[in-house]
Formats: sequence, C-alpha cells, structure tokens
Amino acid sequence: MLNKNTLKALMVVVPLLTLSACKSGPTDEEIAAEANRAAEVAAQQAADADAAAAAAAAAEASRVEAAAAAEMQKAKDMMQAEKDKLESQQVVYFDFDSASVKADFLPVLDMHAAYLVKNSGQSIVIEGHCDSRGTPEYNIALGERRAKSVETYLMNAGVSSSQVTVVSYGEEKPEVQGASEYAFAQNRRGVLVYQ
Amino acid sequence: MSTWLLKFTKKHFSIAAVVLVFISAQANAATTEIIITGGTDSARPIGIVPFKYLGNVNLPENLSEIVASDLQRSGKFSPMKMSSMPQFPTTDSEVNYKAWADKGIDMVLVGSVQATGLNQFLVTFELVDVLRAQATGGQSKNLQDGKLVLSRDHIIEKRSKTIDGDDFRQYAHIISDIVYEKLTGQRGAFLTRIAYIKVLDRETNPKPFRLVIADYDNQNPTTLLSSPEPLMSPTWSPNGNTIAYVSFENKRSQIFLQDIYTTSRTRLTDFPGINSAPNFSPDGKKLAMVLSKDGNPEIYVMNLQTKGLTRITRNRAIDTEPSWTPDGKSLIFTSERGGKPQIYRVNLATNRKSRLTFEGGMNLGGAVTPDNSQLVIVNRTRGNYHIAKQDLTNGDMLVLTNTYLDESPSISPNGSMIIYSAMENGLPTLSWVSLDGRFSFKEPVADGEVKSPSWSPFLL
Repeated sequence: MLNKNTLKALMVVVPLLTLSACKSGPTDEEIAAEANRAAEVAAQQAADADAAAAAAAAAEASRVEAAAAAEMQKAKDMMQAEKDKLESQQVVYFDFDSASVKADFLPVLDMHAAYLVKNSGQSIVIEGHCDSRGTPEYNIALGERRAKSVETYLMNAGVSSSQVTVVSYGEEKPEVQGASEYAFAQNRRGVLVYQ
Repeated sequence: MSTWLLKFTKKHFSIAAVVLVFISAQANAATTEIIITGGTDSARPIGIVPFKYLGNVNLPENLSEIVASDLQRSGKFSPMKMSSMPQFPTTDSEVNYKAWADKGIDMVLVGSVQATGLNQFLVTFELVDVLRAQATGGQSKNLQDGKLVLSRDHIIEKRSKTIDGDDFRQYAHIISDIVYEKLTGQRGAFLTRIAYIKVLDRETNPKPFRLVIADYDNQNPTTLLSSPEPLMSPTWSPNGNTIAYVSFENKRSQIFLQDIYTTSRTRLTDFPGINSAPNFSPDGKKLAMVLSKDGNPEIYVMNLQTKGLTRITRNRAIDTEPSWTPDGKSLIFTSERGGKPQIYRVNLATNRKSRLTFEGGMNLGGAVTPDNSQLVIVNRTRGNYHIAKQDLTNGDMLVLTNTYLDESPSISPNGSMIIYSAMENGLPTLSWVSLDGRFSFKEPVADGEVKSPSWSPFLL
C-alpha cells in the first residue's frame, strides 16, 4: 500500500515528467492527441463548410420565396386594384319603372363578370333599389327585377350562380334623400356588393 | 267597456313607460294642420259646450276639446267656436234651446267632470236635440202602461261614468263615437289606432327605422320596434292585437308578427327572395302575402295555424299588394300582367281573375271599402300619384287628393276616412281624407319620413 508521503511524491513527479516529455519529443499519446485534434479541426471545417452551404441555400431559398411573395403581392395588389376599381364602379342605374340594364353599363358589368369568372371563390350580393314613386310593395318587386336582370347578365357572361345572391330593398334605402328628379335617378339602381 | 279600458291602459303602461318621454316630446312637436278642402257646407253644425269641471286638481285632458276635434276631423260636423256660443250650460236643464236654434245649432253636447278621488273623475254628458226640445218644451211625454210618462225624448243620450285620469283621451273618443253614431247612423271610428313606419335620419340614428302605433289622429305615438334595417308594410289583425310587417333585420325581407300588447314577436316567413305585403283575412285565420321563391313575385295565402301555403297567381309579371274583400272570398291585387300595374280581383273559390281598373297609366295598392261599394287605389295619371276611388258597380273613378306622391291608402274601419302618406311643401306628411274627398287634414312630419300608414280595425 502507498503511504501518504509516496502519494505526495508522485503528485510532484508526474507533472515534472510531463514537462520533461515535451522537451524530449512527442510521445505516442501526444501523437494520438494531435491526430485527434487535427481530425476535429477538419471535421469542424467540414461542418462549417456544410453550414455555409446550407445558409447559402437557405438564403437563396428565402430570396426566391421573397421574390415569389413579392410576385404574389403584386398579383394581389393588382387584384385588389382591380377589385377597388370594380367597387368604385359598383352601381348601375335604371330608367323609370324599368329593369333593363342600359347599354352604357354593359362594359361595367363585363368587367365585374370577368373578375368573378377569374375568381370563382369571390361572391357578391346584387342589391336592387327604386325611387320613391309608386307604392313600396310594388317597388320591392321592381327592385328584385332590377337586381335579377343584373344577375342574369353576369350569369350569361359565365359567372356561376353560386357566386351571386340577389336582394331587393325597393324604395327603402335611397342613396339620395328627397323627391327631386336627381334623387329619383340616383336611387333607381343596382349595386354590386363584394362579400 | 270599463274592463276593456282598464285592460287597454294597463297593458299599454308597461310598453309605453320607456318611450313615454320621447313620445310626449314627439306629440307636442307634431303640428296638425286641419285643412278643409271644400264641401264645408255639408258638415253639420254642432255645439260642443266645454264640460264644466268641479274639482281642484289639474285635469289631464280637455274632454270636450277632444270630442270637438274628433267630430271636426270626421268631416261630417262643424263644431261651433266657443266664442260664438250663446251660453255655457252643463246639463239639459240649463240649455236655452231658442238661443242655440237662433244660431243655427240643432244639436248640443253638454257635460261636467267631477273629481271624486285620487285620479278618479265622474264624467256626465247629455246630447240634446235642440229643435225637438223646442217643439216639446223639453217636456215630451209618451204612453207607458196606459199612463203618460215624461220621456224627454229630446235628450238623445245621457251617460255618467267614473274614469281614470289616464283614460281621458280614450273616453273622449268613446263620447265622440256615441255622438257620431247617434247623429249619422254610422259607427264612429275615433277609438281606433294607426300603425306606420317612421324613418329617422339614417346618418345620426343607429336604429332609424321605427314601427310606430298611435291613436287614429296620431296622438300618443308609441314606438313598437326600432331597427337598423328597413321595416315595411305594417298591417293589423282583425282583432287589433297583432301587427304583421316586413323587416330587413337579417339583410333580406322576412315577414314578422308582433303582439302590440306584450311586444313579443315571431318570424313567420323566411323564403328565398321577396317576403312582402302581408294582409290578414277578415277572419284572422289566413295571411295573404307576396313571395318570389318560385322566381318572381306571386300572391300566396298562408293558413296561420298550419303554415300551409296556397299559391294564388302564376305568371311572369309582378303580382303584389294582396288585400281581402270584406267577405273574405276574394283578393284584390296589383299586377302588371297587362303591361303596366293595374288592379285585379281573384275569386278564391274559382281562381278566376278579372281586371278592375283601366283609367290612368298605373293603378296600385287597391283596397275595398267595408261596405263593398268602392275600390280605393293609388292612381298614376300624367306622372302624378293621387289617391282615388272607383265605384265597384259603375266603374266611375274619382281622384280624392291633390298632395304630392300620395301612396299607401288605408281605410278606416267604418269606411268614412282614408289615411295615406304624401309629400306636402317638401315635407313627408301623414294625411287623412274623407271618402267623398271633401274634407282632409294633414300632419307634416319634420323629423323623418312617414310611410305605409295602416288603420286598425274597431278596437272595442
């Protein structure tokens, strides 16, 4: 058994030995350690290279994605612009006691139809309105007929019936108050409301 | 009568309590303009003497003033101005018959009001035939069991009744009904009500569409329903308890029924397309209506118990505005099957249809008077819309009104007056016109539109 003193001596001697070993050429252990170190470095370098490649790939991917997104956004913006344009031209006007769509408004309806055909998920409500002349009960019937003639035009242009709902408000929701010819003309209308 | 009055008042109290402040303000703001359009010579002069008041609390209403206003608004009477009256008697015994006869008055209503308790008043009135009294000296006698008995038959009616302070206006209308019936032979319609749609400024009111009920003269207006979306076509059930109307509260037209006393409401129809123009059959068991679920507006009759539908019209034109004839066997309706809207009648037993109107560019909104003699319509001639009547026997048409954009005529249950909506001096106006067109009165409305007035049935 080693006594305490021997242990102490060993503790001093071993570091000395190690020091002396450095000075006196690599040991096998040292060579192995060095080999390990080199391998580690190489592995690290390889890993770093992989990471860089991956990062580059990711960057490229995100660049492509961003471009695609931008492209999509552009398309969206265009669609929104198109929709805004449509919504700024959402009203067609009618003659007194008539439900025929006037020729002036056919290009507007064609525009709506084209958009709705392209965007089959888009639905709209067509509101029919009347001026205050005639009885409210007759006017609600007339308003429905107006809304339906717009609906029919859109459907003839290829819009799916599932995209279109019709509601008549008769004379109950005038755009312009009062009983002037101007008010009457503004109130005899069909309104395309995007949902 | 007394139980009804009590019921009427109590039931109304709960509904009215919330809107009371708003109502009284509205009532005071309303300025009724009585415009007599001619034929005043046909109105019978009558003396409605201010009722003497015995008491020291303030009276809630002036009974005799309301009676005089009612009688004047019927177009059949011309109450004498107070300043022209020769005297102010309280009872028959105080009436100087000759003094009234000399003024050309042959009928005098006298009475008194006595405070008898907390918010309790004893009302006594006598309707005196001045000419008969002059002839008999007020001491007419007749034979009863072989004896001559003082009959005083110049007193046409005499009544005493204790009423609540809240019932003054109702009781005044009852007095008016009695006087009117005694002197014309026709039942009075002063104790009736109207329903209409009022539309307040849509910019500033979140719920601008109002269903309002009021006395026949638009006093005591009560808002039954406020909505952010349009309300249309109110119409009364024959028992006066229920109003059917169209509401857009679900962004499309649907027919609702509402109890005016409990205010509870139910949605009756929810068909695709138009659900409009409800109208109760005279027995209250069916509701005529317009549905476009089959493609375009057609007339249907719904059995209110089974909810079963019977389709009445079948064509590609607009058919609308069904209204029952008084016998319940036919419907009057508007159809443009002939090109422009005109009035047709369909016999419900045979389904035979016949066209009734031919004069004018359009005729709309037809209804038959309770005596089955006249068709009341909205007539469009040279671009002007006026209320007209057409004799159902000889077909003669007479235009009754001269306001602007006249529409939605509704006939009083005794057939004497028509209420309709119009424009006058640029203001929406509730207007009343007698069936002979000789008398009218109007109420301009400054704070919104008034649409689709509907006169109730008799309520008593």
